[in-house]
Amino acid sequence: MKEAVDIGRNPSAEPDLQDLMGSVARGDQQAFASLYDAVSGPVLGIVRRVLRDQAQSEEVAQEVLVEVWRTAARYRSDRGTVINWVLTLAHQRAVDRVRSVEASTAREHRAALLERTPEYDEVIEQVEARLEREQVRRCMRTLTELQRQSVTLAYYRGLTYREVAELLALPLGTVKTRLRDGLIRLRDCLGVTA
Amino acid sequence: MTTVDLHTLTGAYALHALSDEEREAFERHAADCAACAQEAAELSATAARLGLAVHEAPRPALKVEVMNRIGSVRQEAPRTDPATRTPRSGARTRRLSRWALAACLAAAAGLGGTAVWQHDRAQDAQEQARRAEQRTDELASVLAAPDARSRTAKLADGAIGTVVVSESRDEAVFIASGMQRPPGGKVYQLWFDDRGTMRSAGLMDPGRTTEAVLMDGPVDGATGMGVTVEPAGGSAEPTSDPVAVVEFPA
Ligand SMILES: [Zn+2]
Repeated sequence: MKEAVDIGRNPSAEPDLQDLMGSVARGDQQAFASLYDAVSGPVLGIVRRVLRDQAQSEEVAQEVLVEVWRTAARYRSDRGTVINWVLTLAHQRAVDRVRSVEASTAREHRAALLERTPEYDEVIEQVEARLEREQVRRCMRTLTELQRQSVTLAYYRGLTYREVAELLALPLGTVKTRLRDGLIRLRDCLGVTA
Repeated sequence: MTTVDLHTLTGAYALHALSDEEREAFERHAADCAACAQEAAELSATAARLGLAVHEAPRPALKVEVMNRIGSVRQEAPRTDPATRTPRSGARTRRLSRWALAACLAAAAGLGGTAVWQHDRAQDAQEQARRAEQRTDELASVLAAPDARSRTAKLADGAIGTVVVSESRDEAVFIASGMQRPPGGKVYQLWFDDRGTMRSAGLMDPGRTTEAVLMDGPVDGATGMGVTVEPAGGSAEPTSDPVAVVEFPA
């Protein structure tokens, strides 16, 4: 944890988001508009990284934001921050979409996988949140090559760990461990607590 | 999969890199394994940071579209702890007729039919179906409770409202028939009448004019119920005069 730094763009923002979330859960559309302003950028960002396609990404991002409205009452502040909750949902929905699309074109699946090789820098170059990006980039560098590739493929490309193993020609157990060890290292470097 | 295997899945779980079966197996395991639950929570928060790093500003039109859509999307009600109460004795019983019960159940079977689920993953759809089923079951149990009592009232514009209250279950069902659609962007909100103080009991589906609704929360001594027209999403307290007021059967 020696390098841990709190880099939330606005450390005081989260309690506000929690207040907003409470109002959203009670049906406050004004509050939702403010929540939208705070989370829509990261939501679209992560969905776009996974799906690539602009139109599909906007469609899924829209679904995610509407789902945030619809299921706001499920959010529990004792289980994590609002942004964590929203981005976890966004990533899940993006992954769902990429897998459903791929399931329907199973034959091209492997070719598609091979096309989607890990290019962390390429992913990261498109981003706007410079501070967060720099922090994540710096911490990504503390990972081994295999950890970084595995985490990048799983998170930014939406692959299952089986697909990661297939793509990198590694045993399943190895990939499982790499994903876990890589995230643990990132957690400590980013100073994440939950 | 062995337990040892499951312990090592926290990373893949946090990255949504498990198959559905594996995810379910892990979630079952984590429900009883505090270490895995804690690690999964931390690693999920870490994964979210990877997401935060790829911010991309959406076109302004997206906000307009989303704000338009939420105006007509019904929110899930906050979960309330199911109140377990001891039945009060001496309740007079007036069973519903078989016909009324059948009609209620038919209406209840159509619960939860809002159309916002098409992109949800199977697990959520199942969860939704399970909860709708649970609610339907609960609703049916209220209607079929030995101490279920009902009262029917004429509402505005020829609509009919029936409340069914089970004292032993401490629950109430409101059955509306032939209600006018609420004005655009509005919903019907149900309220328990706690001797003059209104307590929210959930929303009706704005897309349906005939609906059986299990009222949210325990009856808890309420003397009646009311219905008001509220902005989409509902209000913390009534903001308009009730369109319907029904006293609970004594
Ligand atoms: Zn465990």
